[in-house]
Amino acid sequence: MSVKHSLLALLERGPAYGYQLRAAFESATGNTWPLNIGQVYTTLNRLERDELVEALPENDSGQRPYRITEAGRRQVAGWFASPVQAADRPRDELTIKLALAVTTPGVDVADVVQRQRSATLRLLQEFTRLKAAEDEAELAWRLVLESMIFRAEAEIRWLDHTEAVVARAGLPKSPVFEFGGDAPADAEPGLNEILEEKR
Amino acid sequence: MTVLHLRGVGRVHGTGDNAVHALVDADLTIAAGELVAIMGPSGSGKSTLLNLAGGLDAPTSGEVLVEGTVLASLNKKRLAALRRRSVGYVFQDYNLIPSLTAAENASLPLELDGTSAGKARRTALAALEEVGLDVKQADRFPDELSGGQAQRVAIARALIGERRLVLADEPTGALDSTTGEEVLKLLRRRCDAGAAGLLVTHDARHAGWADRVVFLRDGRIVDSSAPLADAETLLEGAQ
Repeated sequence: MSVKHSLLALLERGPAYGYQLRAAFESATGNTWPLNIGQVYTTLNRLERDELVEALPENDSGQRPYRITEAGRRQVAGWFASPVQAADRPRDELTIKLALAVTTPGVDVADVVQRQRSATLRLLQEFTRLKAAEDEAELAWRLVLESMIFRAEAEIRWLDHTEAVVARAGLPKSPVFEFGGDAPADAEPGLNEILEEKR
Repeated sequence: MTVLHLRGVGRVHGTGDNAVHALVDADLTIAAGELVAIMGPSGSGKSTLLNLAGGLDAPTSGEVLVEGTVLASLNKKRLAALRRRSVGYVFQDYNLIPSLTAAENASLPLELDGTSAGKARRTALAALEEVGLDVKQADRFPDELSGGQAQRVAIARALIGERRLVLADEPTGALDSTTGEEVLKLLRRRCDAGAAGLLVTHDARHAGWADRVVFLRDGRIVDSSAPLADAETLLEGAQ
């Protein structure tokens, strides 16, 4: 997430000091991504250094508001004008986990899928409850909630799909690493047994 | 207070080698105020469970209790009376009677139960108003209503009178997503007001409205979503 661009976007509303920016950010996103105040000030300092914002004189209560500069405006416009790249998003652990689950000997893929489905559905229930409770909520916060609802829904659909595909096609034979000489003897307990205990 | 209780319920079709186990040893309790969703692939036993819960089908093993009464202990006539008075159904295709108006459809369970026509109509109009149907639509026939309006009438009918158990089988079927969500909100509100609801759905978004989600696979309950976490920890997990 770009704190830099978020703060610049907020400053488009008018000059503000650190605490105000943090509060505005959290109110727009429903406290979903808490910002610590240190992070806000560090970012403001960097923005000032890069001449994207300028510090105004301290007011009577000792607060120092910042104002966006023309260069800052161009940054914000550029940010809104460009799509988020896939590379800017973190790697998806669930996808990796399932890709490995279907090729790791001893893993019950259906069980992995079901555990995830239950957990994601529970999140979805929570988001729905929040949404139902906040019919009058700010538009920005409602959009954030709905984005999460859509994501959870997509994840569950993908899990259903994965389960169906695995059930139909069966699991591939797990590939084995090749060794030049003799393979090392396998004396460790199998994953099978450990997983069985966890169930 | 427990409204619906399934105790070790099973349903087998056919015998011997041809036996199909549609539902196996299902245990489920739904309290007043609770909405429970059932999810699972097609053929997993969702509709069987719903039909057993509403007394539309009888289990081959175990017991179904509605408000403390074992359904199998009732004769046909009393079972029909219980279904009429305690259980409401909402189906995918609304199941409204085409030759009756919205108000007449909604008041049908009351009239079948011997309530006077005048009182039945007044109750039906109140029920229709509660589900958000415009009073002008009360005297229209089902084919003059939109899908969303027809489903509202079906829900009003399912909840009219003192009925405490609502069974809904894919109630948002052919509705667009916004109207579908309205229907779910309505069910949710009725459960918050004290009804017990059982909702069969394949749609995770709809199951999101439930307090609990039960997963069925090959006739067995394989999992159910645990009690809800508190909202504080929730958003951290979403980052």
